[in-house]
Amino acid sequence: MNPQTILIYDGSFDGFLSCVFFIYNHKITNPIIRKESKNNHQLFTITEDIITDKNNALRVWKGFLSKTSRLQQQDFFKAFLSEIKGVENTLLSYIQNIFAKEKKTGIDFSNKDILKINQVAKMVGREKHRMEAFVRFQLTKDAIYTATVEPDFNVLPLIIPHFKDRYADQKWIIYDIKRNYGIYYNIKTVETIVIDNLFKTKFKLSPDLLLPEEKDFQKLWGTYFNSVTIKSRKNDKLHKQHLPKRYWKYLIEKRP
Amino acid sequence: MSFDRIREKLSILADAAKYDVSCASSGGKRSNAKKGLGNNTGFGICHSYTEDGRCVSLLKILLTNHCIYDCAYCVTRKSNDIKRVAFKVQEVVDLTIHFYRRNYIEGLFLSSGIFKNPDFTMERLVAVAKKLRLEENFNGYIHLKSIPGASDELMREAGLYADRLSINIEIPTKSGLKLLAPDKKHEDFMKPMEKVKNEILQYKEERKIIKSTPRYAPAGQSTQMIVGASRESDRDIMYSATYYYKKFNMRRVYYSGYIPVVNDNRLPSLGTEVPVLRENRLYQTDWLLRFYGFSVSEILNDTHKNLDLDIDPKLSWALRNLHLFPININKADKQMLARIPGVGMQSVFKIMEARKFRNLDWTHLKAIGIAINRAQYFITCNSKDFYKQDLSSFDLKNKILKSSKSKYAKYFNSQLSLFP
Repeated sequence: MNPQTILIYDGSFDGFLSCVFFIYNHKITNPIIRKESKNNHQLFTITEDIITDKNNALRVWKGFLSKTSRLQQQDFFKAFLSEIKGVENTLLSYIQNIFAKEKKTGIDFSNKDILKINQVAKMVGREKHRMEAFVRFQLTKDAIYTATVEPDFNVLPLIIPHFKDRYADQKWIIYDIKRNYGIYYNIKTVETIVIDNLFKTKFKLSPDLLLPEEKDFQKLWGTYFNSVTIKSRKNDKLHKQHLPKRYWKYLIEKRP
Repeated sequence: MSFDRIREKLSILADAAKYDVSCASSGGKRSNAKKGLGNNTGFGICHSYTEDGRCVSLLKILLTNHCIYDCAYCVTRKSNDIKRVAFKVQEVVDLTIHFYRRNYIEGLFLSSGIFKNPDFTMERLVAVAKKLRLEENFNGYIHLKSIPGASDELMREAGLYADRLSINIEIPTKSGLKLLAPDKKHEDFMKPMEKVKNEILQYKEERKIIKSTPRYAPAGQSTQMIVGASRESDRDIMYSATYYYKKFNMRRVYYSGYIPVVNDNRLPSLGTEVPVLRENRLYQTDWLLRFYGFSVSEILNDTHKNLDLDIDPKLSWALRNLHLFPININKADKQMLARIPGVGMQSVFKIMEARKFRNLDWTHLKAIGIAINRAQYFITCNSKDFYKQDLSSFDLKNKILKSSKSKYAKYFNSQLSLFP
């Protein structure tokens, strides 16, 4: 019996690719890739701590790029961001499949790993799109448009280009409370930030941080939202299908 | 600005604009090159949804609900006793910018009642768009209503600032229009449509030669028809729609189930149920025409004047053409795959990619996500197990209906019980 090798990495995409590099480099036959925190020791296993190495990661990624289409590459990264338990191993088996082939082939949707990754990527893509839709900025006294979110998947890296391009002339912050980090645009570049205590428990920003007119604009938006409903067509099921309840906390118009 | 006054105007003028169902914010493609405000990537975003389940992507308002016309179906008709208000041009500009910066909206959809005359009204709509583009450096989406009877010069200017222009024909037939909107002439609708179409074509040609030519209404034009206000059949509606798609290169035709807003003996009475199911079937047909390669006469014709309510139009077509089935999933071309009930264009794409690797069987098809409960009667795949055509189309329809549960069941249960 081949003993299983458990590879522990830091949770970053480069870290994951470093694991893939390690597997090829050491010809490991029965690997499992796991994040640090989910570490549990089993009998008959070998554990390796993998140190993230940008160069190794880049080599793997370049190899992957040369054998795949843009759609496959995007799906791959999105599936990784899903943080679904064990997704690393589906991705590994997928990447091994790709590397085993001589050249680019089409997408085999009858292969279950490929279909799975495509479906997970779709879920992540949907969440990304929802963030682009449901983020609600509030203008603070220091003139920063600020929003807090709590996405199902780790989608902030995916939404940067959209917000950076769209709101190019205003400062903004989008903060992921669940993962405790945010992205901040300072009119030039987007940087990753961590603010302790500020957002930890509260979804609503404290009113004394906000510009006084902010409340008025929120009220106006609420008025608008209420006026556009056609009462004779009311359809609660459809409403909740498009606007799942777990997102209501972001939405100024759905706050009581 | 006085927030209370603005709020009152907003509630009245948003309420009056809500019957226009167009919400698209896609197809514009405007980049934010100069680091101004906003962009338009070509994909729309729905920022919220109303309680009736419609998307909210634009600030959709009327500039004013003063109107010189008296169209029977319209809530702002002259003879209706309601409060009349009007926004100032700058107020609309400010609202749009403040909402946009907070990520509430994709842009502005500005319509208006007609005050004084068509040109006077159109001029103000254009002024809002111009201010947004030139003074605010705004690259978000702008949809302007073309006012029937507006001059060619104004229409020309409108398209330079707006992404989309639309004019709602509202009543699908000439005779219906005469009955319900006696002050409006059919030609008044056609003229701006024709103008916009020609400008789009002309600007496109010029752009091929001089790259810096500005784009004219990059998201094209659209129109809307009310369903169920006068006595048109589905065939009348879809044939008109096809006419507008072809004649004026419409990007979209919208169908809006009539919502009784005033009592008028020419119209369904107040409290009549909105024909949402019929509206849905019309949209399905519209999709079949635009994306699935169907021609309108295959779906609606002299023997088949109205769409079935209990089944979708593709299934209905298939049941009338059983001789074309079953289709072999592993061999059929794209066009035929698209015609299988229960198979959408996404599945068609996946099937065509997947079958390059192996012959597909039922498990593959299920995993890909086609609606087996309908599709199974119309296809063969890599399996000996398939449906043999032994039922008439009537019996097959009942079999399919029994095995599925439609979210619209409440609308047609009463009809079905006639055939136990």
